[in-house]
Amino acid sequence: MSELRKVLIVDDEPNILTALEFLFRRSGYDVRLASNGVEALEQAETYRPDVMLLDIMMPVKNGYEVCQNVRERPHLAGMKIVMLSAKGSEAEINKGLSLGADRYVTKPFSSKDLLAMIDQLFDAGGTQKQ
Amino acid sequence: MRVPKGVALWVAATCAGVLAVLGIGAALQYWAAAPENRPHLVEVVSEGLPVVFFGTAMLMVFAGMAASWLFRRHPHAARQLAEQSRSLLAAEKGFRVATNGAPALVELAAVINQLADEYHRIEHDLESRSTETRARVEEERDRFAALMSELSQGVVVCNADGRILLYNPRAAALLAPAEPGRQGEYTPLGLGRSVLALLDRNQVAHALDMLQHQNGHVDRPQTRFVASAANGALLRVQVAPFLGAEQELAGLVFTLDDVGRLVGRESQRLRLLQSLATGVRGPVANLRATTENLASFPDMPADRREQFIEIAASEAHVLTEQLNAALLAYADALKGSLTLEDMRAADVLAVAQRRIAEALRLPVVIEDVDAELWLCVDSYAIAQAMTFLAARLANDYDLHGFRLRAGSGGNLGEIDLIWTGAIVGSDALSLWEGEPMRIGTEETPLTLRDVLDRHGSEAWLQVDKIRQISRFRLLLPRGQAVAPVPYRSTAAESRPEYYDFDLFEHIDGVGALAERKLSDLSYSVFDTETTGLEPSAGDEIISIGAVRIVNRRVLKQEVFEQLVNPRRPISRESTAVHGIDAKQLANEPPIEQVLPRFHRFCEDTVLVAHNAAFDMRFLELKEAATGVRFGQPVLDTLLLSAVVHPSMDNHHLDMIAERVGVRVIGRHTALGDALLTGEVFLRLVPLLAERGIVTLGQALEASRATYHSRLQY
Repeated sequence: MSELRKVLIVDDEPNILTALEFLFRRSGYDVRLASNGVEALEQAETYRPDVMLLDIMMPVKNGYEVCQNVRERPHLAGMKIVMLSAKGSEAEINKGLSLGADRYVTKPFSSKDLLAMIDQLFDAGGTQKQ
Repeated sequence: MRVPKGVALWVAATCAGVLAVLGIGAALQYWAAAPENRPHLVEVVSEGLPVVFFGTAMLMVFAGMAASWLFRRHPHAARQLAEQSRSLLAAEKGFRVATNGAPALVELAAVINQLADEYHRIEHDLESRSTETRARVEEERDRFAALMSELSQGVVVCNADGRILLYNPRAAALLAPAEPGRQGEYTPLGLGRSVLALLDRNQVAHALDMLQHQNGHVDRPQTRFVASAANGALLRVQVAPFLGAEQELAGLVFTLDDVGRLVGRESQRLRLLQSLATGVRGPVANLRATTENLASFPDMPADRREQFIEIAASEAHVLTEQLNAALLAYADALKGSLTLEDMRAADVLAVAQRRIAEALRLPVVIEDVDAELWLCVDSYAIAQAMTFLAARLANDYDLHGFRLRAGSGGNLGEIDLIWTGAIVGSDALSLWEGEPMRIGTEETPLTLRDVLDRHGSEAWLQVDKIRQISRFRLLLPRGQAVAPVPYRSTAAESRPEYYDFDLFEHIDGVGALAERKLSDLSYSVFDTETTGLEPSAGDEIISIGAVRIVNRRVLKQEVFEQLVNPRRPISRESTAVHGIDAKQLANEPPIEQVLPRFHRFCEDTVLVAHNAAFDMRFLELKEAATGVRFGQPVLDTLLLSAVVHPSMDNHHLDMIAERVGVRVIGRHTALGDALLTGEVFLRLVPLLAERGIVTLGQALEASRATYHSRLQY
């Protein structure tokens, strides 16, 4: 199992969590879930995922803040962040990428495209766990 | 005709000379005669003496008559002619010179009369031409004022100094205080006032910069901005310059639109779009992820499949809810497009009534209309649709009259076209809905369905078979009431005083106020009513009325009128004069709130009041409490009247008004008295000028010098 890529999915909506959890497990990922920003940061420290799928509009701490916090911690530097959001304006995309997200994906999205995009992300940047 | 003394003396001297010549002749004869002949000579002469005297007398008479005749026909007649000619210019037009002098003078008189005829003809021509021109200019001014009054946009025109030359009633309404009489920081719109007091100073300055920048590069420079007025309205302001004869900036035209509601509607639409865009993304994402899982992994366990199908169903449900909620919340934003206007339902019906009656020559009665109902409609299209329907009904079903009704049904307005008799099948209506609307020879490609769609509305037939009453019901979006623009008659005598182009000539010389001509200054003429006559014993102001004079005109539209709560009883004598008692004033603002507003009204003007010392005393006593000081010069019509009519004892306002020919109406309200004082003051200005009192400084000095200025209160 230690060979598997680790993905942390952060969203406050259980339905999308369920669907994405299933999708990533079936696609050969090790999956953990978090339903708000604070949980996401805790998991980031303890679980050390390779990639974090991060929703923006969440209670307690929103996706922008989580992304910023992760990027402020040097020991989490290798973690990829993909923002998944219903907010899709150019300004919002710019903000997400500027705060350190590697990709910004607007909802709704195609599962296949999402998986391909994440594969491509690892191919481009390399990972700690090849 | 009296012969002048000189002529008489001359005649007398001639006669005396003749007598002297005769006497000397006789004496020489006497000395020349031999001494023995001398007695005989004396005898002969003595005998002839009466004849000599008679002859001389006759000679004198003839000489006198001749002289008089000559005098009358020549020097006198010439002088008379000269005098008459001189008065030709001043006298009545029919006056002509005449002489019975010498023929040459008669001829001269005829030539003079000819010249006079010519002169008067030219004078008459010029006069009638200038009268014509004046009348045309007046007419154009009236027409212009009428046009300005009708504009739905506010218009304010100012000169290069920012002084207002013109405004229309819509501008006055747009810039009026939100709660009349209660606004603390409000400066009223008025001729001669600065436009900077009404709009944000920085925004106007920025607009000027922009215009200056555009000047020379752009054909028709203009700039616009959105500003909030002092009353809180959101205005779109468009500024365009106009140039003088030498291409210099002569002034600015501001057009004002109330965009508060437009902006509201637009932002509502934006919010609807945003709420749909972001609100729908989440559920759709979930739905998609779920269904893609279902499609991509057909081998998944049954319980998983069950779970995903449930998720899909619940997301679809969420999506539906979201859509419904958004559409309900922003229903207003979806109806009215920008081509639709807010109109009273009564007006929409009146237009439809007129159009149907004219097109079909059938009686149309408005049965019932909700006076409070406003619709958001394209009134032309609606009237056309109603007329088209009426025409089809009248032609196909031989109807002889219609009734109209408008009422509200929930969030929508209903308009009914009602008739009695023929029952029309609903299939007919669906057929008509798709036809281009033709009324007589007038045809448009629009169909009834188009009109309905444009309003986001629906229509149907409703039939009461028992009473044989049918109605075609049209549902229309409701509109918002639009604040009415006050109606102004454009008749010459009540022409609104919203413009004054003479202010172009206005020069602001604040420093040298004393040197300024009385006729050039702006005035605030005011009057107060009080609880009693003793300000120092605690009497208080209960009412202030004021009117502005700009360019020698009393601006009856620019008045200040405010009752004041004196917070003390009013003496019975005072109530008898002005008819105001304490109960009426209980809800009025106190003087501390009123005086700052009044002070702003009087800005940049000279104060005028009748018996000003009395009113000024009240104002002075409030300086400490209100922090408002009326430091501008004050003219008193009582004192000015005493300057103009020093021999008169009575300088009551009524008496002066009568003396200078002003009709007295509406006295003993503060505003009524201020208006009367203003008219009286304007009549006093030329009378003062006759006495050499032309400047403000001279008027103040003359006032000081009169006896009445020593009165103390």
